[in-house]
Amino acid sequence: MANPVVARAEVVGTRADGPARRVTVRCATAAARFRPGHFAALTAPAGSVDVLRHAVPVLRADGDTLDLLLPADPPPLLDLIAPLGTPYPQPDAPGCALLLGEDTQAGPLLALAEQLLAAGSQVAFVLVAESAGRLYGVDAARELTADVLLLTADGSAGLPLGDDPAALLDQALSALDADLLYTAASPELTAAAVAAATARGARSWTAVATEMPCGTGLCLGCVLPVRDADGVSRLVRACTEGPVFDGVRVRWGGLDTVPADVEGADAGGAGE
Amino acid sequence: MTERQDVDLTAPLGGGTVPNPLSTAAGCAGFGRELARFVPLDELGTLTTRTVLPRAGAGAPGPRVVPVPAGVLNAVGGHNPGLEGFLRRELPWLAERGVRTVVSIGGHRLEDFAELAARLAGRDGVRGLELNLSVPGAADRGVPLAANPALSYDVVAAVKAVAPDLPVYAKLAPDTGTVTEVAAACVAAGADGLSMVNTARAMAIDLDARRPALAAGTGGLSGPALRPVAVHCVFQVHAAMRAGRMPAVPILAMGGVRTGRDALEFTLAGASGVAVGSELLRDPTAPLRILDELRAELTTRGFTAYTDAVGLAHRTTTTEDGRP
Ligand SMILES: Cc1cc2nc3c(=O)[nH]c(=O)nc-3n(C[C@H](O)[C@H](O)[C@H](O)COP(=O)(O)O)c2cc1C
Ligand code: FES
Repeated sequence: MANPVVARAEVVGTRADGPARRVTVRCATAAARFRPGHFAALTAPAGSVDVLRHAVPVLRADGDTLDLLLPADPPPLLDLIAPLGTPYPQPDAPGCALLLGEDTQAGPLLALAEQLLAAGSQVAFVLVAESAGRLYGVDAARELTADVLLLTADGSAGLPLGDDPAALLDQALSALDADLLYTAASPELTAAAVAAATARGARSWTAVATEMPCGTGLCLGCVLPVRDADGVSRLVRACTEGPVFDGVRVRWGGLDTVPADVEGADAGGAGE
Repeated sequence: MTERQDVDLTAPLGGGTVPNPLSTAAGCAGFGRELARFVPLDELGTLTTRTVLPRAGAGAPGPRVVPVPAGVLNAVGGHNPGLEGFLRRELPWLAERGVRTVVSIGGHRLEDFAELAARLAGRDGVRGLELNLSVPGAADRGVPLAANPALSYDVVAAVKAVAPDLPVYAKLAPDTGTVTEVAAACVAAGADGLSMVNTARAMAIDLDARRPALAAGTGGLSGPALRPVAVHCVFQVHAAMRAGRMPAVPILAMGGVRTGRDALEFTLAGASGVAVGSELLRDPTAPLRILDELRAELTTRGFTAYTDAVGLAHRTTTTEDGRP
């Protein structure tokens, strides 16, 4: 965990970025510590009745600024904590990576692709959304690689997602002969991709998107079941142990549940 | 900066003292590791841990923590490392750093509290125990112990029997309608202090899903929305102490503290220590900020010692309701 900075950051620019807003803030210390996969936790604007934080992806760092992806334009100053979470690990040796991104969740994959390319890896993108208007990062991805496959549920761009996304993802992995999978997508799609990658002997690194009421590991409000190295499943925090996990370890089928074999599941849920 | 020397912030912990009145509310500072990235933990008056239960528990499914207007609803549900996990992984880490740790303990039965207290007493780093009486007690068909003066008495007495030398604080619930009775019972049983208050039972509904917003259904309300309720509880119990209806012990107050002014409000109501809970989720640097703000508030008002402000809101009132 890089040590996060608690700061009031000045917004120095905002612009449309696909279906969302790209917001540039000045925060030199946080920018210096950024790695792709990190997120920021923002407070609600002053005067709001909301007393918790909300996690937003950090897209990239440039000099002393960070780019954040927000649903709407923020006030001129943002109370943020960043960088938070565990970033995407880099491969030990250059490889061939498939980057699977869905809707605006795909945001962090572009900086990741740049990092992989700079270290000598090859990258390809599969970008997925309900419809063409929700696809994120298509042009930026195309600037980085010729291998950009678009999938939409309604078929309005690229190939239709269809009923068997696993087969499409398997084809993409094999066409590329990928040995690495990086994802920032829904649990269903991620689970399918991880299964396909694992069957082909590829490693997978997956980001989970959950509500993060604090983002700093204090509230235990962001847990999901993950199988540890010792084979035992535990509920772990997406904001500190994640949001990027080894894809084969995450219990994708039961993200919002406490599976019966999770350590301590038999203790019952009483007693906050 | 001269203010630093001017106000003596020393506060009681049971019969002893700590350098300042600021603590963390149980469950909002974990076991210190995460908070240590934001606050030098040895500068806190005390750090109160998340509630440790006899056995490790995974807790409730999500959603566990949801926002409500000016507050937080949580149902984390017993997610804890168990006594063994706490002793192995968490306590040594805290002890090495010189953190004045108050261990929150809980259980479903009186024996759970006694066992935990016996195993924790005398350990390096443990400066006090807080008894979370709001865990539904099997002894009373799932009703929290904190609702029942007799059961609370028994738990405190059992803990004091095995941990006579440790400051033991009983943590009270705000919404049982019996807060003064339970407080008196706990003090009669030997409690060295009272932690007031735990969350209030509450619920929010997810309109789209048409079900409670928390997976557990019911949860606990905390944050600024709870503060006036908590201030009232502290005021009532302090009034009972002043009236001689129970022995006076220190009250550690919590419930929506966000600023030094909030800390002063609880102090004037009768608290001699203040814990920060939900605000840590928004601002993990809050404890030392609040301490600075409290120091400034006290200075502005001409106080030279924090404890001189305790209970001052009672001077012109005579009843537990605060009427003149
Ligand atoms: C996420 C969360 C977890 C909590 N966990 C515990 C706990 O383990 N034991 C306990 O006695 N109180 C627990 N509480 C209650 C707090 O310690 C405190 O009594 C209450 O939240 C009121 O203070 P606040 O408004 O400053 O949060 C928890 C509160 C929250 C918000
Ligand atoms: S968001 Fe609070 S612990 Fe992860």
